[in-house]
Amino acid sequence: MTTKPPVEDFATDWDHTDPQWVNNPYPIWEELRERCPIAHTHRYGGGWFPTTHEMVSAVANDTVHFTSRQVVVTNNKFPEFAPPAPMGGAPPITSDPPFHQIARRIMLPALAPGPVNALEPQIRELCVQHLDEIAGREFVDAGSEYAQFISPGVISRMLGFPPEDEDRFRDFVHLVLDLVDLPAEERAPLFAPMADYFSRQIDDHLANPRDDFTSYLLGVEVGGSKLAPEHVRGTMVLMLVAGIDTTWSAIGAAIWHLATHPKDLERLVNEPAIMPLAVEEFLRFYAPVTMARMVKEDFEFFGCPMKKDDWLLLGFPAANRDPVAFDDADRFIIDRAVNRHAAFGLGIHRCAGSNLARLELRVAVEEFIKRFTKFELAAGGDVTWAQGQVRGPRQIPLHVLAS
Amino acid sequence: MKVSIDPALCQGQGRCFSIAPAIFDFDDLGNGVVIGDGTLNAESVALARLAQSNCPEHAIFIEES
Repeated sequence: MTTKPPVEDFATDWDHTDPQWVNNPYPIWEELRERCPIAHTHRYGGGWFPTTHEMVSAVANDTVHFTSRQVVVTNNKFPEFAPPAPMGGAPPITSDPPFHQIARRIMLPALAPGPVNALEPQIRELCVQHLDEIAGREFVDAGSEYAQFISPGVISRMLGFPPEDEDRFRDFVHLVLDLVDLPAEERAPLFAPMADYFSRQIDDHLANPRDDFTSYLLGVEVGGSKLAPEHVRGTMVLMLVAGIDTTWSAIGAAIWHLATHPKDLERLVNEPAIMPLAVEEFLRFYAPVTMARMVKEDFEFFGCPMKKDDWLLLGFPAANRDPVAFDDADRFIIDRAVNRHAAFGLGIHRCAGSNLARLELRVAVEEFIKRFTKFELAAGGDVTWAQGQVRGPRQIPLHVLAS
Repeated sequence: MKVSIDPALCQGQGRCFSIAPAIFDFDDLGNGVVIGDGTLNAESVALARLAQSNCPEHAIFIEES
């Protein structure tokens, strides 16, 4: 790893991988919102970070001035391995209109509430299975022994990948989402094993088509022709990468919250009916996902001189803490009734897997607090948060007080 | 009173049909749709308003009559 100078002023030199930001970004965002409210950096080749809900919404809904060609801020603005706009490397998340809509419509039916809700029994079974393995213990790690297994288990089944390859999926996710501050020439070669893996899965599905999302993508036709190979591969990468780390982070953050807020835990255990409201408040308060855009051409945005190819870090989690958009924005209110949060993004790129993510989060928390009704953070146990654009606790060492 | 969803604004966030499944449903892409013609009665008005105030895309409209 390279060593970088620590950030002294996030308004002019922000870095979302700086330890301060990784450990607790909220005070930084709050200060920026009052001072700037759009921060700038020269790191990563230059970029901007708006902090208000109004600005985040404006960027998310503006596909004229911003492109989704790259949605993860790295040191390489023009990676040679990613197909150019309008498709981008992982359609539809990296796609711009009008291609975006075509790529999105291919995915949405599989991720609509109908087919997703049918997965609930399987997801519950998966949760129970992992809980059985840690049952009866006084100390458990809710991150590395529970949360991290749920979403890979669900997504690998959907894609029809061997579930025993889970460790590998987490490595891919780590590469794409965490190792973003590596120099470009060090990061690029690390993608080869992931490309090989996807090629092998595609070959296997071509030889043995079956009832899963991968075979569906390989067979789907748009305007009479099959999808380009880079389209199929990109969408598979998207499903795997976007479907794992994000939900795992949301589940982990919810359990971490309950471990550190005993009254909320007690209430949720005793009043399961408030779970749907609690899920939305977990999503608002601990929204795991920050996206990115790139500036298409020089233009002025809220008084800031944006230059072509500048990064735009799209902080949905920061928007969710904006006091202009939410009453008591910095307070977690477990039964908050009005909660127009942006955890799944806004506009045409709304998280395609939001129905699945919500279901996994609800079921995983429900089953966890059914098994462990009272718990706290273990004394001396360190909670580590993932760096980069997906935020969640990786280790959550718990002392179980009642089960 | 009548409730409607602007399909040009709806992005399938899924909040309306979770909050008020008697008033809203979803289509095969997961976008919200109003059940029937959207006429609200005394009981359903509050729920429709709650769904409206939770829609991140501001896609729900309630027309006073």
